[in-house]
Amino acid sequence: MPDPSSSPTPSAPEAAVDHAFGFETRMLHAGHVPDPQTGARAVPIYQTTSYVFDSADEAAHLFELKQYGNIYTRINNPTTAAFEERVASLENATGALATASGMAAEFTVMMTLLEPGDEVVASAHLYGGTRTMFVHTLRKMGVTVHFVDPTNLDAWQAALTPQTRALYGETIGNPQGSVLDISRVAAIADAHGVPLIIDNTFCTPYLCRPIDHGAHIVVHSATKFMGGHGTSIGGVIVDGGTFDFSDYPTIADPSPAYHDLAFAETFGEYGFLMKARAETLRDTGASISPFNAFLLLQGLETLSVRMERHVANAQAVAEYLEAHPQVDWVAYPGLPSSPYHALAEQYTPRGPGAIFSFGLSPGPDGPRATGKQFIEALELFSHLANVGDARSLVIHPASTTHQQLSAAELEESGVGPEMVRLSVGLETLDDLLWDLDRAFHAIRS
Amino acid sequence: MPSPSTPPDTATEAGPPLDDPHVIQRILRTASTIAIVGLSNKTQRASHFVGSYLQDEGYRVIPVNPTVDAVLGETAYPDVASIPDDITIDVVDIFRRPEAVPPIVAEAIAREVPAVWMQFGVTNEDAARQAQRAGLDAVMDRCMKIEHGRYSGGLHWMGMNTGVISAKRQAW
Repeated sequence: MPDPSSSPTPSAPEAAVDHAFGFETRMLHAGHVPDPQTGARAVPIYQTTSYVFDSADEAAHLFELKQYGNIYTRINNPTTAAFEERVASLENATGALATASGMAAEFTVMMTLLEPGDEVVASAHLYGGTRTMFVHTLRKMGVTVHFVDPTNLDAWQAALTPQTRALYGETIGNPQGSVLDISRVAAIADAHGVPLIIDNTFCTPYLCRPIDHGAHIVVHSATKFMGGHGTSIGGVIVDGGTFDFSDYPTIADPSPAYHDLAFAETFGEYGFLMKARAETLRDTGASISPFNAFLLLQGLETLSVRMERHVANAQAVAEYLEAHPQVDWVAYPGLPSSPYHALAEQYTPRGPGAIFSFGLSPGPDGPRATGKQFIEALELFSHLANVGDARSLVIHPASTTHQQLSAAELEESGVGPEMVRLSVGLETLDDLLWDLDRAFHAIRS
Repeated sequence: MPSPSTPPDTATEAGPPLDDPHVIQRILRTASTIAIVGLSNKTQRASHFVGSYLQDEGYRVIPVNPTVDAVLGETAYPDVASIPDDITIDVVDIFRRPEAVPPIVAEAIAREVPAVWMQFGVTNEDAARQAQRAGLDAVMDRCMKIEHGRYSGGLHWMGMNTGVISAKRQAW
């Protein structure tokens, strides 16, 4: 790299960074320019652990973060970098950091921001795994998380203390289908001088971009709609670059874990992500495999097209269920009957995703048995613990994803024994309705 | 910083934008010697990160700092005017408090340096406009290391959003 003959006077034309490229173009191109050696059009899979150094000085500068470059795939990787930059571009963010899973993304954010004694205020409408991590694993780190009804802005405000270091919520809460009023919660975070972190997994940046509404950090389980095909576990953290970390202790203070580097001062708007990568990911080792990053990139390239069909199918299935006599309720914010319909129109004008729950009218054996019979009668919906696959999925949360919660936690999370959750896929709509119809018939007889 | 895919936002009635991607690329592509005002000899300071990086990337870095004799193997000078005339300075990069900027810009104009660049948080629009009126390129509130990394591909390796979209082979 230190080669004065080739740099710093390159002959390439200027990059056209002052044209605002559209979402679909960035889905296909952001984060990958064909390399000079091969001109490969697809993003190559760099299945390598490590990278040779040009010189001892260059190696030292890479480790000191004075030079950009690849050191070791636990820290960064060229295939992963293409995925990261692409997600950052789609979220209108300043940068991104990929992780081994969505849970790893959340944990990496928390481990980077928080110290023992710190507190977080979080929505009570969360994925069960997130809630368990916040209650039990973060407690081991000396961090306390207070849960609030996300629809009650006064509750967010009332839970703040001088120790509060972050607010946390999901774009669309699981399983109520509650849409977070992101800009108002962000205003509470701004007034308290802490970042608002949003899990945007259910919407993807095609349906909602939380940073545009004032959120500061976004996390995703890329396993879901981003990858879109149910092949690969992965997560990603994006930073809007909109939160000023210059007075935020863990990012601004000289870090003893990186020979007293002050990340906020040294890297400005990239300070949080640089610390998350160079310290937290280095230490936890929760890095994504380059092959998974490649597969997730394939998903991103068709994201808008798939999400349009997911949303159209979900809306039609929700309308079918709402009209069905064996259904007590449907929690899809795309339905005008949803208390979150107005917020969905504001934050997800293209449709509020394709994951929602509904309540079966209990049969003679009670709600839990009715739910199990219904799921077992389905032919086409896959019964499994995932969402956001191209295929349609179904699960009974009370006995699976949320079964580690106590009865009180279940009630606070809104998970009843009658509840069935769907993730509506890309199949022929008539076939999905045919399958549901057969299952209703089966539990009736 | 706004998303790099959005147009520059500092164009005002007072003059051209102070974060124009074309100006930034022109400076980085044509400069070979950079005077860094406020370059610290402390290796963990942001100025040392930038100076060390630019040196690695093939630029000659001239430290301007009255409190040290040398940084990064280069003799330091107390101010821009004291740099010997046989060293042609292509851009003056400023790591100082905003109120300390005007005399530095005045020295750059007097020396006919073609560009001044103020780092992250160094915001003195009056001084930047003065430079532009004198015919210099001016960039404000931008990091030279990050902007170089944006176009050379380095920033991309760290997962950052460079805003660069192209179906042509990389040639930087």
